[in-house]
Amino acid sequence: MSEIRPVIIGAGPAGIRAAETLVAAGLRPVVVDEAFRFGGQIYRQPPQALQRPGKALYGFEASKASAVHQTMEALLPQIDYRPNTLVWGTEGGSLNLLTAGQPDRLPYSHLILATGATDRVLPFPGWTLPGVYTLGGAQVSLKFQASVIGPRVAFIGTGPLLYLVAYQYLKAGADVAAVLDTAPFTGKLKALPKLLGHLGTFAKGLYYMGVLAARGVTIRFGVRPLQAAGTERVEALYWRDRRGRQQKVACDAIAWGLALRSETQLADLLGCRFEFDSLNRNWLPTSDGFGRSSLAGVYLAGDGAGIKGADAAELAGKRAALALLADLHYPVDQDEVLGLKHKLDSFAGFREGLEQSFPFPQDWAKDLPDDLILCRCEEITVGELRQAVHQDGVREINRLKALTRIGMGRCQGRICGTAAAECLARESGQTLAAVGRLRAQPPIKPIPFMGGQ
Amino acid sequence: MEQLTSDVAIIGGGIVGGSAALALRKMGYSVVLLERRWCGAEASGVNYGGVRRQGRSKDQLPLAQRSHQIWPRLKDLIGIDGEYVRSGHLKLARSEADLASLEAYAEMAAPFGLGLEILSGNRFRDRFPGLGNSAIGGSLCPEDGHANPRLVSAAFARAAARAGAEIRENTEVSSARQDGGRFQITATNLTVSSKFLLNCAGAWAGSFAAGFGEIVPMQRIHPNMLVTEPVARFMDVNIGVEGGGVYGRQVSRGNVVLGGGRGIAVGPDQTRPAYESTLRLMAQAVELFPQLRHAQVIRTWTGIEGDIPDHNPVIGFSRTTPNLLHAFGFCGAGFQTGPAVGEVLAELVRDGTTDIPIDAFDIGRFARSVARASVMG
Repeated sequence: MSEIRPVIIGAGPAGIRAAETLVAAGLRPVVVDEAFRFGGQIYRQPPQALQRPGKALYGFEASKASAVHQTMEALLPQIDYRPNTLVWGTEGGSLNLLTAGQPDRLPYSHLILATGATDRVLPFPGWTLPGVYTLGGAQVSLKFQASVIGPRVAFIGTGPLLYLVAYQYLKAGADVAAVLDTAPFTGKLKALPKLLGHLGTFAKGLYYMGVLAARGVTIRFGVRPLQAAGTERVEALYWRDRRGRQQKVACDAIAWGLALRSETQLADLLGCRFEFDSLNRNWLPTSDGFGRSSLAGVYLAGDGAGIKGADAAELAGKRAALALLADLHYPVDQDEVLGLKHKLDSFAGFREGLEQSFPFPQDWAKDLPDDLILCRCEEITVGELRQAVHQDGVREINRLKALTRIGMGRCQGRICGTAAAECLARESGQTLAAVGRLRAQPPIKPIPFMGGQ
Repeated sequence: MEQLTSDVAIIGGGIVGGSAALALRKMGYSVVLLERRWCGAEASGVNYGGVRRQGRSKDQLPLAQRSHQIWPRLKDLIGIDGEYVRSGHLKLARSEADLASLEAYAEMAAPFGLGLEILSGNRFRDRFPGLGNSAIGGSLCPEDGHANPRLVSAAFARAAARAGAEIRENTEVSSARQDGGRFQITATNLTVSSKFLLNCAGAWAGSFAAGFGEIVPMQRIHPNMLVTEPVARFMDVNIGVEGGGVYGRQVSRGNVVLGGGRGIAVGPDQTRPAYESTLRLMAQAVELFPQLRHAQVIRTWTGIEGDIPDHNPVIGFSRTTPNLLHAFGFCGAGFQTGPAVGEVLAELVRDGTTDIPIDAFDIGRFARSVARASVMG
């Protein structure tokens, strides 16, 4: 081994705790992050000019956010921090970068992938109308730009973000038109025993729900979105209640999302082994239980390797860094390693509880109209997918992409991949695992011809 | 294990194997086609998508001309037009020497009827005002064009299946031999017994040929390609450059497909575009097409193509084994010529001969060169 040059990708809770652990052992990691300021998605910092008090930005999580930010602040002199830097590919032991629009390469000896997650979305009629945002996008708008996506917002979907973002919008002075949960309320009660180990999280959810209800916000369970309606932009949301009746709520923006999906493209490009994970309904890079991927020198941490949330991400960042140190034969406290593993394993039950509380609407692909746009980059409809399945015999997701262009546009399947796989599985009568996973192709995100010139 | 019997077995479901299967079915032969992955998913499906005759060697022009007659009939033949457009193919000259070599090519190709038109100076600028200043002229082949390889190549295999060919995907051939006058082919979960065998396995064909005692000096190349987000239409012609380096076409949605340089192999059958090639290609492309200055690249890719030192493919009968035919090693010309190659193979099966001159593609040329080398050595 020549020079030890660990590179951490992502400066959210996982990446920052990984960096802290490596620095404590005397290493000087490179931390590459796409954002202008560190913190990741959940602890995202606004531009300096829009800085607001932590309590206003992060609510209950203000102390955690501040701890993570302070840790990183203190680490800055001891790490090579590369903000505003996209990792768009990898080749021969180097990362392909785009820093402030300029291409560059970064060799590494070890990699910790803390690439995080994005919203999991499914299309519904009208979802491409201006004014329809993801839940995460609605939150970023508020946290990063101190802007709301509209004065009167309907929130629909499921997952902890649904109530959190609606609550944050309420606090910011927006008019919350409705909070519509696709999951039934009964699931939340059934999940209670699994959530008891994490009562804080559960209590926060109840608190948000309580505040929203006390302010007279309509909260409904077991709903389905029917249509985002409007001429130029969103004017109303039509939805179906749990008894099957059509309902309408007037609004000028919709925040929509079904929990999160891991950003795994880099692990894929590196050649990590993947397995289908039924809880996440997604293919994820495999880990040895201590943060090691299937590739020597490549480690996984945080939501990029399966959704467990920010608290787990901090622990996983540390765990991955300790595995890296152990592999370098640095002295590592085994009790600490096992303690971390134990704590992280306990998140698995919590994660199952969350899934029970906020289940993915598995019937979603059943009643989709043929003319619904499934891949918005390439404007490919559900009908075109069905034709590929029923006329051309397509049964595999990459084949679907080749023949229909679904997932071939700007997003490279990061937005539409979930819907394409769900829809393909249903139409071809196969399991979600059987349709396979979209192979990543560089660049992970679009890169400009002329950079910053 | 399933046992199939057919007149003809084909290894490889690319555009060559698919079009051969279709042509053979139309002649009434029973056909089994074995494809290790998906039909048209390798070089046939991931190539640049140029459908051009301009620039092909003299040896290949008769074949290219025959294919040129087939391309406009795709809709009737395979059920889709495959986004084929006769946009014209413009080969650019960046120097007087380049222009002279384009003129020399036009003279050589004149008897074949490509209709090449040499443009330079104001005539060139007026005709193609959108191009950057690095080109001083070019050679236009008005009836050349481009198409979508992902759609076309897979559609040949599907059309063959509709015509009654037995198409087996995800079926990798592990051995093929001739026994008692028939071929015995063993593949994943099945065996095939056939009178004829067509080796259309592209970059994988060399090992099958070697199994019949025929060594071909074929190497793998990985053309580096990329595509931009959709941008306003600025070019309708398919563009190449004399001397190579970069080629580009804009599809009707506005995306610009660009190729140039080489990717890399990262596993036995896995390839990846190369960082240096991609950056060089982007720089060259923006020089040629200033319209791309503010565009973004959304995807890069490469594939696995068989390349032979004399830049000609292998097409025709085996020199060692009766009723064995080869068609592979197209060195980048397989997509345009593929539809004709399938017909030629079918004629060879039926008649033992074809009107298209294919002597230059004889697999025996390597045995001769090996023999000559050993005599001289």
